[in-house]
Amino acid sequence: MNNTNNATPLETRGQRTQRLVAASLKRRYRAELRFRTYGIVAVTLGLLFVVVLFSTIISKGIGAFKQAYVTLDVTYSAADIAPDGKLAPADLAQGDYEAVVKAALRNRFSEVTERDEKRKLYGLLSNSADTILRDRVVKNPQLIGTTERVALLASDRVDLVVKGRISQNTPEADRTVSDLEFGWIKALLAEHRLKEQFNTGLFTHGDSREPEQAGILGALVGSMLTLLVTVCLSLPIGVAAAVYLEEFAVRNRYTDFIEVNINNLAAVPSIVFGLLGLAVFIQFFGLPRSAPIVGGLVLTLMTLPTIIIASRAALKAVPPAIRQAAFGMGASPVQMVTHHVLPLAMPGILTGAIIGMARALGESAPLLMIGMVAFIADVPRALSDSATVLPVQIYLWSSSSEQAFVERTSGAIIVLLIFLLLMNALAMILRNRFERRW
Amino acid sequence: MQNLSVIIAILGLSAMSYWLGRRRSIAIVGGLRSAAQLHSLPGYYGVLTGLWCAVPALLLLAVWHVVGQHHILDVVMSHLSGDYLTASAGQRRLLTDEVLRLAHGGAALGDVRPDVRAAAQEWIRLDALSRTAGGLVALSVSLICASVAWSRISPTLRARNGVEWVVKLALVLCSLIAILTTVGIILSVLYEALRFFHLVPIFKFLLGTSWSPQLATRADQVGSSGAFGAVPLFAGTALIALIAMLVAVPIGLLSAIYLSEYADRRVRTVAKPLLELLAGIPTVVYGFFAVLTVGPLLRGVGQALGVAVSAESALAAGLVMGIMIVPFVSSLADDMLTAVPQGLRNGAYALGATKSETIRRVVLPAALPGIVGGVLLAVSRAIGETMIVVMAAGLTAKLTANPLEAVTTVTVQIVSLLVGDSEFDSPKTLSAFALGLVLFFATLVLNIIALRIVRRYSEQYK
Repeated sequence: MNNTNNATPLETRGQRTQRLVAASLKRRYRAELRFRTYGIVAVTLGLLFVVVLFSTIISKGIGAFKQAYVTLDVTYSAADIAPDGKLAPADLAQGDYEAVVKAALRNRFSEVTERDEKRKLYGLLSNSADTILRDRVVKNPQLIGTTERVALLASDRVDLVVKGRISQNTPEADRTVSDLEFGWIKALLAEHRLKEQFNTGLFTHGDSREPEQAGILGALVGSMLTLLVTVCLSLPIGVAAAVYLEEFAVRNRYTDFIEVNINNLAAVPSIVFGLLGLAVFIQFFGLPRSAPIVGGLVLTLMTLPTIIIASRAALKAVPPAIRQAAFGMGASPVQMVTHHVLPLAMPGILTGAIIGMARALGESAPLLMIGMVAFIADVPRALSDSATVLPVQIYLWSSSSEQAFVERTSGAIIVLLIFLLLMNALAMILRNRFERRW
Repeated sequence: MQNLSVIIAILGLSAMSYWLGRRRSIAIVGGLRSAAQLHSLPGYYGVLTGLWCAVPALLLLAVWHVVGQHHILDVVMSHLSGDYLTASAGQRRLLTDEVLRLAHGGAALGDVRPDVRAAAQEWIRLDALSRTAGGLVALSVSLICASVAWSRISPTLRARNGVEWVVKLALVLCSLIAILTTVGIILSVLYEALRFFHLVPIFKFLLGTSWSPQLATRADQVGSSGAFGAVPLFAGTALIALIAMLVAVPIGLLSAIYLSEYADRRVRTVAKPLLELLAGIPTVVYGFFAVLTVGPLLRGVGQALGVAVSAESALAAGLVMGIMIVPFVSSLADDMLTAVPQGLRNGAYALGATKSETIRRVVLPAALPGIVGGVLLAVSRAIGETMIVVMAAGLTAKLTANPLEAVTTVTVQIVSLLVGDSEFDSPKTLSAFALGLVLFFATLVLNIIALRIVRRYSEQYK
């Protein structure tokens, strides 16, 4: 006590605190600023990823919606098409249309005489040109002997040149298009005979080994069929399971077990569901490989937990007063659920279901397991046909070595993303418009 | 096809019996006006009749189909010449498959033995017979049940209770599917994995350090060839998952903190959905992005720095996987942060803490268990992620910790082993199921721990 008198002007406890706080304030504010900056950097990085991802895909893929066509004067010479003079469709289909196409090309580029050069010249067109001409002639045999201007599909390399993906500035040895071909392409471009049009083939063709002929119709139909199976099974089963667990089940060890199961299944890697599908549906039940029905079953098992969890949340959000009112009016428990609780919970359930479906639409790993990765050129027509789905088609194209498939892949991704965006937008509209806040 | 028409016919009959049942219940009490004398609403009598019409008949049809197919196959195969009975199980299966393929109109592979061809003919004949008989029996059962149910309709019949009993039974069955799926996964994967462990000892699989299943494709080499030591795969999976978490956890966590604690509402409403866009993008798109953009970019950077970066480096796959997981971490962390009561923050502010001090010393520790649970869930997701690594990571198993080299993962191997046709008995194919089993249990343990932590935490502040 007395010692304090001897000391030089001494600060009280409060003053000391104030001094320390004041001295540390600068450092603390700096730390505050730093912490805040970290947060901003993290958010910016995240947003940057979004922008880079989307801009890469769009810039690479937008070209896939256009396709180069070469307009040629085609002479349907009777000698090639109907050498024996028979004009029945079956005979016309036998004609040598390749020769017609080649003649048209030689006609335009009459200076080309060397064998090698001729072969290169024929390579300007996609090999589907003769089928196009054949179909025209079979439909209208009067074309024989006449000359007409036809737009024919250009080959993938020509397409890449027109779109500027192959530049003449790179050394000739490093590119797939020679200077000679560049000359022809430029000549055709100057005459407006080589033009880009909207690529309808992308939406009307199945898969093909030739990039310029490959389309996503087969994969799109496959996705629709698979998703149809998934919706038809997972929605009723999921809602029923949720209703049981939320409205009827007594909480005991058995229902707890179901609940733990569902939560775990929601986090099991999707590829494990593929293994299940392979072992059970294909090996054990002998269902066909690569079929949309098996794909749909696998995706059903995969999306069920999502739908059950979402449906339970929607059911839980319905206030107990509704149930008590229904009971008060003499409804049975089943009537209470089907007449009152379910209709009120429906928007929430559907929102969850759509989000689950969107995930199923983008899923590919389990479908690889059950053989939906085969090359399939035909458009599937039944649930048991061999098929592939859009994401798997993207995977298949992306593993192709041809440069032109990069563009197709990005184009297919854009289509897939548009579908996903539409589904999510639908879910959002449902949520905003119909969901009630109690 | 014929089964389908029988099913449609039964459903049609069922709709008709609904209408008849409903009408009878009304008629029995003398018109709608006195319907109050009935125990249940008239519709319930209709539904009950309809259910009696459809359910027993459809069940019978299903059982008939399964048993019939099995029995027909037995009968047909017993007609085959003697060597079938003495053949090994594998040869029997081959013969059976051949008969079935021929019977279903498939093309014959090479020469077909005449007795096999005859068996296929026999199968077709018996199958048609069984279908016709089954269809007729099912239809008559449907009619009998419906008419019995119809004749039993009376004012005292508790139709609603009956219908509701069926509804509840259906609900219970649906909820059982979740358990069935888990059991199905465990049984099917475990069964094939056990067959694999017969061929390759489990310790060699779990502890071996060399993986080259491609050697084992020849059937006559089963025991002696192929190396199935999965450690390089586990190491590769762990390496890529680690890189992914190094990207995802800081970015996800910090952006969640910023968006939930600092950002004003306008920034939040724009930035949050944009970040969540990343969660909705299919993984195949990320894989394509990794191959097309990130891989070459890292390679270019490596070349500029004079470091050799593999075209399929673990870094590229890990980085892109990290981007994919960012929204997952951030939305979980966001939930956990908003669950921390405002009172805790106010207390810290009252003591003079700055905002960042409050977050670091009070909010984060309070939310930590939940965040750890979320991160564990994210790890389980990174381990099980398939498409990104299939497209962007390598195929050759290499035991390395260098992220610039190509490594392979469990999921990549499962896909590469099972895609394409290969016989189901080779250790190569079966090893995929062993890997699947490991993957399933690893993620299962992570999920159970994580879900338990998250659940306990979210109840803490309620």
